[in-house]
Amino acid sequence: MIWAALAGMALVTYALRASFLVLPPGIETPALLRRALRYVPAAVLTAIWAPELAFAPGSEQLAAGVVAIAVAWRWRLTFVTILAGLAALHLFHWLL
Amino acid sequence: MLLGVVAFGVIAGVAMVASGIAPLVAMLMSVVVFAGASMVASAQLLASGTPVLLVVLTTLFINLRFMMYSASLRLHFQHEPLRWRLLLAYMQADNVYALTLMRFAERPDAPGQRDYFLGAALTVWTAWQLAVGAGIVIGAGVPASWRLEFAAPLAFIAMTIPLLRDRAMVAAAIVAGLTVIAAHALPFKLSIAAAALAGIGAGMLFEKSWR
Repeated sequence: MIWAALAGMALVTYALRASFLVLPPGIETPALLRRALRYVPAAVLTAIWAPELAFAPGSEQLAAGVVAIAVAWRWRLTFVTILAGLAALHLFHWLL
Repeated sequence: MLLGVVAFGVIAGVAMVASGIAPLVAMLMSVVVFAGASMVASAQLLASGTPVLLVVLTTLFINLRFMMYSASLRLHFQHEPLRWRLLLAYMQADNVYALTLMRFAERPDAPGQRDYFLGAALTVWTAWQLAVGAGIVIGAGVPASWRLEFAAPLAFIAMTIPLLRDRAMVAAAIVAGLTVIAAHALPFKLSIAAAALAGIGAGMLFEKSWR
């Protein structure tokens, strides 16, 4: 089962990555599709992390998530955001 | 930026092994799939006995963003030979896209875009694989009290926030977040698919009404 999942995931992921790049030159990408695709990263990435904050067993995850969002907004650095979020998680766990 | 890649790679390695994926399979997955978010999510789904088809479907939605990268990279690379385009396709990653497209936007006609992209991508790829390998080896060795598992959502927050540069993008993220929470009861992470579609719709609606 794990091998079927592995093969399926690899195939689907590569197909998505190759989708537009393998089209021969000169073909226009439909404007509507391009507009729709523009919002995919923000929508999908948010759909991955939002439940981890909203449905966490304690409230410290949500509080630490808010800190991470603020830090990411201000500095836009992945590593700093992760560090600040983890530090905030431990701080709120100790406080709450 | 590379520090972020390494941090997320280590977390992904630890998370996959923690969900019960064999170390060698986890490493192989990292090489053939090469998409961290979908790897962590699939490992959790597989651990909870989700049917393979739904694991692949979740992967499709999580990795749908690569289709968008593919469409924008095409504008720069459509005249490269096919074998180069097939390689460039494999090398796509979130931060490589952000880094190279920023540079291409500043200097649209600069030569050597392919080599610039490949240089950045190869650096990220190597750092990522080494980090995942390290994470797999460390695996259960990280004390649970460190709460390192929380670093995965933090890494996704760090990737999302810099994208929110206009109202439509903010609307897409907020609506996707609310939808995924509202649809949480749906089985097999179908909530992610619902959130993706709602977020795309919200973004397009907002874009129209602000023009």
